[in-house]
Amino acid sequence: MNSIQQRRQEYRSLFKQNVAGRLLVDKAVRIIVFSCVIVAIIPLGSILIEVFKNGITAISFEFLTATPGSIGSGEGGIGPAIQGTLIIIGLSSFIGIPIGVMSGIFLSEYGDNKLARFVRFFNDVFMEFPSIILGIFAFLMIVLVIGHFSIWAGAFALSLIMFPIVARTTEESLKMVPMTYREAGTALGLKKWVITFRIVLSAAKSGMVTGVLLSVSRIGGETAPLIMTILGSSQFFSSFDAPMDALPLRIWRLSLLPYDSAQLQGWGAALVLIIIILGINLAVKYHYMNKGTNGFFERLIKQRRNVAK
Amino acid sequence: MEKVTLTKKRIISDKIFKIGATVAGTYVLVIVALMAFQLISESYPIWQDEGLSFITKTDWNAVEGRESFGALPYILGTLTTSAIAMAIGVPLSIGIAMFISDAPAKIGAPLGFLVELLAAVPSVIYGLWGLFVFRIYFRDWIEVPLHNAFGDNVWLFSGNPFGLDIITASVILAIMIIPTVSAVSREIMKAVPQQQKEAAYMLGATKWEMFKLAVFPYSKTGLIGASILGLGRAVGETMAVTMLIGNATGPSAIPSSLFGPSQTMSSIIANEFVEASPASIHMPALIGVGLILLLIAIAINVVAHLLVTRMLKIKEGAINN
Repeated sequence: MNSIQQRRQEYRSLFKQNVAGRLLVDKAVRIIVFSCVIVAIIPLGSILIEVFKNGITAISFEFLTATPGSIGSGEGGIGPAIQGTLIIIGLSSFIGIPIGVMSGIFLSEYGDNKLARFVRFFNDVFMEFPSIILGIFAFLMIVLVIGHFSIWAGAFALSLIMFPIVARTTEESLKMVPMTYREAGTALGLKKWVITFRIVLSAAKSGMVTGVLLSVSRIGGETAPLIMTILGSSQFFSSFDAPMDALPLRIWRLSLLPYDSAQLQGWGAALVLIIIILGINLAVKYHYMNKGTNGFFERLIKQRRNVAK
Repeated sequence: MEKVTLTKKRIISDKIFKIGATVAGTYVLVIVALMAFQLISESYPIWQDEGLSFITKTDWNAVEGRESFGALPYILGTLTTSAIAMAIGVPLSIGIAMFISDAPAKIGAPLGFLVELLAAVPSVIYGLWGLFVFRIYFRDWIEVPLHNAFGDNVWLFSGNPFGLDIITASVILAIMIIPTVSAVSREIMKAVPQQQKEAAYMLGATKWEMFKLAVFPYSKTGLIGASILGLGRAVGETMAVTMLIGNATGPSAIPSSLFGPSQTMSSIIANEFVEASPASIHMPALIGVGLILLLIAIAINVVAHLLVTRMLKIKEGAINN
């Protein structure tokens, strides 16, 4: 106790001295801290400006729909890449979302035991696994076994990135639903799975949609796991067991070519990709800020507080 | 009689539901176990051939009959680029977190959102931008002057400043870890109890002194955790690094100067995996590199999560009290 008072005295006398110098240091730190923010935003601005400036000259109807022309000719487009990105997002959502949602239900509804804590921890760590390792894994599990590159391998690899994100956001949004909703369901004599699917999930829908969209925007830009699973191709979709193209892959391959025309096409593809991904992010942010989850959850929390009173 | 069957039905369908949820929950454990097993068994030939010298050797020769593989240059490349990225990115991120956690919501929230948008930009677009825009400016304004001034005397700045080198890749990595580190640090700084901050102000502290007295001592562990989380990101990052690091192989990939080309574990996998034939020992070597990368990434992330969750648990406790 005494020592705390002594320290307080010490600080007080310290603070009384040299006021002008301290204020100067404080001002300097404020400026440094603010310039940190500016330094971080400059690259974002530069990326957006360059992508739009260079990409817009490449965009045309032919560019968006045609197959790539011969290398270095500057003809053709990125049709197969756009198609491939959409197909692969669809397929990996098809695998990843159900697993992620069920896993989120497990963590939230049956999540008060050792196994769930273990799963939660591994989910968090797995989310940070290098994506190229997931690509190698999908290669070993699918491409090597069936003997050729396949869209399913790529979708499997991307679903591995997707499901922990979906699981995490599902868990968070389910936990926001008040216990009284579940109790009301039980009082009506409903089964647990009916309560979960019909009452809890529909109340938590908004938050879950946010999670799914964010995971889609994350996998839309993934390149590394696609290298060894779908390989890349210059043809439109023909079968699930053939190589396929995707926007990020196409950007990478174009950037490796020593032609200005290829570089220009790379910027064009980057513009398409960034519009898709930033579009999703901004939509989520807008949704979240206005009517969406925020107001909904605030209402729920208020209700819960009233019940608690 | 009917009552009994109803209850039974209910129990059965709920049991199925519970089992289904549990299976989906444990999916992640199965995947991690399978992944470890697959990577170990598929990289087994290289460990058999090279033994532990796979980690310490520097050769990288895939020519048939003269195969010899060592992963040391790429391990060093990953560690060097990540360390430089941390040295640049972490102070910046903590500065950002300080600004945003302290700014009024009207300014802080949009700026925070902008910084977080950096995380939404795909890695390959960072690579494209780095390759055609950033590299040019960085080379002409920073690398060449530094090289001209110190190149002959300081080994750090020797080498030909071409732009496709360790420092360019590291700076891009630093930009890429900023959103992760600053977002987590911000949450951790917000978790510092308001009373602590007010107590510091009450003693007459300026804002900076308040951070020094109240925020940093309280959030130290969490901030270290946030930085390590960023390190995990940097270690696993592939595409932007692959496009910017210059892709040297073998002994020449050992980092020797900031302006020299190198190679990281993830970039060598991205560059060579498709060309490697599954029958040769080239592919087991690449999978072995992947295994090392995975072990490093797991170790980093486990430590980071333990530190961060411990910090946020303290937060919950503080609020409840």
